Amino acid sequence: MEDSTEVWEVFIQSKNGLAHKHVGNVHATDKELALQNARDLYTRRNEGSCIWVVKSKYIVSSESEDGEAFFDPSNDKMYRHPTFYNMPDGAKHI
Amino acid sequence: MSLLDYTLRIADSSLISAQRLSEWCSKGPTLEEDIAISNISLDLFGQANGFLEYVSELDGNKTVDDFAFKRNEREFFNFKITEQPNGHFGDTIVKLFLTSAFNFLFYTKLSGSKNEKLSALAAKSLKEVKYHLKHSRSWMVRLGDGTEESNKKIQESLNSLWQFTGEFFEMDKVDTEISKSGLGVNNLSIKEDWNKIINTTLSESKLIRPKDGYMQTGSKRGIHTEHLGHLLSEMQYLPRAYPDAKW
Repeated sequence: MEDSTEVWEVFIQSKNGLAHKHVGNVHATDKELALQNARDLYTRRNEGSCIWVVKSKYIVSSESEDGEAFFDPSNDKMYRHPTFYNMPDGAKHI
Repeated sequence: MSLLDYTLRIADSSLISAQRLSEWCSKGPTLEEDIAISNISLDLFGQANGFLEYVSELDGNKTVDDFAFKRNEREFFNFKITEQPNGHFGDTIVKLFLTSAFNFLFYTKLSGSKNEKLSALAAKSLKEVKYHLKHSRSWMVRLGDGTEESNKKIQESLNSLWQFTGEFFEMDKVDTEISKSGLGVNNLSIKEDWNKIINTTLSESKLIRPKDGYMQTGSKRGIHTEHLGHLLSEMQYLPRAYPDAKW
């Protein structure tokens, strides 16, 4: 028998308004089962209010050999961080 | 004590379904499905515990553990379908689907019971049972409308388990009394909706609904198939061998 099982990446939103966070993956034969498996594996202890599943093969990832070209140039550009402003005393949580 | 008998039947069907499903733990076809089935089993143990607590309260003497671990086959009143062996995965899915469709409609009605305890327990169970139905229903379609082999196997499961569905809609003196007083459910009133769920799912699954032939009966009087005794001997072994053992 042909095995049509694929790997799906699972993203859970813990509360309305927050971003979905990657939590792991599951095996499933179709999108319905992928959602149910994700629910059973990753939300047993009240972790979420919404689940996304995406076939792993559709995730496009940067390659580790591109690491230098991708990420090193931002190392010495401190001015990209908003750390040069004086904060008014009253402003919190910034 | 009709109310006690009525509640005990609900508790027993949950308890025996839970114990059967727990046998899949570590033996599921995939890791994901292993956890899914174990989760459903745990839901059902929780439901059994809730209903047994109420039974114990009504009884006023025996504890929840007494009811679960110190009764013999003839003192259990679960539907016979719940004690049937798991068989292969398709057998289990058919069993789970047929009973979950019934439980879903039963708890929907029971959540409107005049008895506050029963209505609260039903409302809580309903949320879980909705998922059991969703999960088993999707597997019915997946296997029924899967390969030639999976269709053949699950059709055979359906044919052999069909004889156990008659019990869902039996009404004896206890059922009639409890439903007339507004505390329980008239099971005949949910038959049409049960048929709808079954028929829609079967046609989507490319499965043929078996004809209503010989139907099993007897569990309301404590009469069971040969499988219940073996299940109980495993479930009750520890408390019987070591009475009053504590964690």
